[in-house]
Amino acid sequence: MLFGFEWDLSSPLAFALSILPILLTGLLVTLQATVVGFALALVLGLVWAVLKAAPSRIISWPVSVVIEFIRDTPLLVQLFFLYYVLPEYGIVLPAFMTGALALGIQYSAYTAEVYRAGLQAIGADQREAARALNLSSARTFTHIIVPQAIPRIVPAMGNYLVSIMKDVPVLSVVTVLEMLNVAKIVGDRTFDYLIPLSLVGALYLITTLVASAGVRLVDTWLPKEGIPLK
Amino acid sequence: MHWTEYFGPLAEGAWVTVQLTVYSTILGAILAFASGIGKLSSNWAIKAVSVAYIEVFRGTSLLVQLFWLYFALPLAGMALGIDLRLPPVMAGVLALGLNIGAYGAEVVRGAIQSVHKDQHEAARALNFTSRQTLWTITIPQAIPEMMPSFGNLAVQNLKDTALVSLISLGDLTFRAEQIRNFTQDSTTIYSMLLVAYFGMALVLTALMRGLEAYVSRWRMAGS
Amino acid sequence: MTDPIIKFDKVVKRFGDLTVLNKLDFEVQRGEKVSIIGPSGSGKSTVLRILMTLEGIDGGVVTVDGEPLWHEKAPDGTLKPASETHLRKMRTQLGMVFQQFNLFPHMTVLRNITEAPVKVLGLSKKEARQRAEELLELVGLADQAQKYPGQLSGGQKQRVGIARALAMRPNILLFDEPTSALDPELVGEVLNVIRKLADEHDLTMLLVTHEMRFAKEISDRVCFFDRGRIREEGTPEELFTDPNEDRTREFLAAVLDEAPGTTG
Repeated sequence: MLFGFEWDLSSPLAFALSILPILLTGLLVTLQATVVGFALALVLGLVWAVLKAAPSRIISWPVSVVIEFIRDTPLLVQLFFLYYVLPEYGIVLPAFMTGALALGIQYSAYTAEVYRAGLQAIGADQREAARALNLSSARTFTHIIVPQAIPRIVPAMGNYLVSIMKDVPVLSVVTVLEMLNVAKIVGDRTFDYLIPLSLVGALYLITTLVASAGVRLVDTWLPKEGIPLK
Repeated sequence: MHWTEYFGPLAEGAWVTVQLTVYSTILGAILAFASGIGKLSSNWAIKAVSVAYIEVFRGTSLLVQLFWLYFALPLAGMALGIDLRLPPVMAGVLALGLNIGAYGAEVVRGAIQSVHKDQHEAARALNFTSRQTLWTITIPQAIPEMMPSFGNLAVQNLKDTALVSLISLGDLTFRAEQIRNFTQDSTTIYSMLLVAYFGMALVLTALMRGLEAYVSRWRMAGS
Repeated sequence: MTDPIIKFDKVVKRFGDLTVLNKLDFEVQRGEKVSIIGPSGSGKSTVLRILMTLEGIDGGVVTVDGEPLWHEKAPDGTLKPASETHLRKMRTQLGMVFQQFNLFPHMTVLRNITEAPVKVLGLSKKEARQRAEELLELVGLADQAQKYPGQLSGGQKQRVGIARALAMRPNILLFDEPTSALDPELVGEVLNVIRKLADEHDLTMLLVTHEMRFAKEISDRVCFFDRGRIREEGTPEELFTDPNEDRTREFLAAVLDEAPGTTG
């Protein structure tokens, strides 16, 4: 029994059906971790992107190194680091938050690059044109830069959202009860890993397909008429 | 245990990580070419197998794939009466290679399709068969196009090898975990571990850049 | 006259709703040098692309050396659409020089010329190399064999393109606006090579071009294409000095006015 659901070992089909609610409970945690991790990645990535674009190299250079460092080291190790090292300095977070934070940090290195590329694609000529029209910097940013950057940024961010979802199982190592961990527990107790793990695979396929379709749908809604998107 | 004594076991683990990365990247590259080309095949069976492989391995999580190969596959084998128990190294290389190969397949497909139609027309005018066109005209021109993405995937693969520690394979992360359990010196050991991966990633990136320059020699010539 | 080497019999070609060739009848004799001129979009290049089997046809029959190009004779004598095997056999007769050169950028000049003779014709590397060196001599690029296309000027690239097509020993050589992508000062070197070929070889040559003076100089016959048909054809003297049709006159007046011919 897990989460109050009994499993039924009478036949493979009965077993699969009986553990489905358990796995779906895990899937909910997976989705929650995805959303929180993605939100953190969006915010932190923006911070990196802004700092990296700083005119002073005293700021931009170390930030570049930090981004590269985050990008080049495994999520699992970053997660271990946060989980075991933060408490030594008095910062005690629930496992779920530690996991979401690790996802957010790992993917901030990628989202920072998306922001940078999205803003860079809007060439100096657009800024010059805005200046020639005597637009203020703030207005240039909100009315000229951002509307052109968003259609470039959103699809790439959507892909990272799906990637984060596929990385959530790593959080199982710090006891987060996401879908894979739940399936593993069912397997440990019933000695049948085949059905729980195969179901997790199938549920992942469905979820990523739905999420990818959702990303494409959002992309079609975006106003992008007249914006050259190479 | 003084922190300098960590180097020995970590070096052993790092060597396992390097081997895992090399073998699985090679396996991944083979699968990427096979299924990337297969996806463009006019033979529907080849195309279907390629698309199914790519979608399944891109659509699910690497850790799920690894656990499935390590924990579930032997049970599936038992049901069929075959011994499908994989040693951890095999399961690790297979999961990593299958996973990275599916991502690489899209890179291969995209690069092949990016070769200009003029090149196909020239090949047709010179009476090359479609197979000769693929191997002598299209793929050699597509490879430099693939290299930046392959570089990123190789680093991704290096990072992903850390997951095999979860099926008790003695890689770098596994060794670090052992030391931490023994010494409880989390800050030092994990800092060292992060730096070790960072260093390996930098070396791997440099190697991939070198390879990229080598396969793009003709692009550097003139123009 | 003997049997024509190329024959278009009521050939129709459509791109979507647009009819590019409208029941075109067109013949070329063995060894003849024919230039095709006309406004853009008139279907000139399409004629060459159909012959090189880069575009299929939607009606009529194209014959090359007495054999249908896009059809095969079924056992009962009727025509059925050509298989790839048939097309490959027919293609051995033809060679093409492209507007954008279409050289293989990842191969040296020498390999651009030897690759197809080795792989397709089955020549030994040594024979192919010898043939390539002769052809490079002919186009005046003997010293450029080891360079990559990216290192050559446009005019040099096009001369390699000509050598590459000739290396397959075609009977018919198709030139699709061979100088249109070139800077004006490089046009001459390419036209000189084509002129040499026209003078010294009994190749059948079909040339789509905007170089009116050059067309006049090398052609046995000039065809004026307009809206998918041959509006007027004749010897260069007839067509250029005394065209019958108003359309031809208008076209010639327009092009001769704006492009004072660079014939090198």
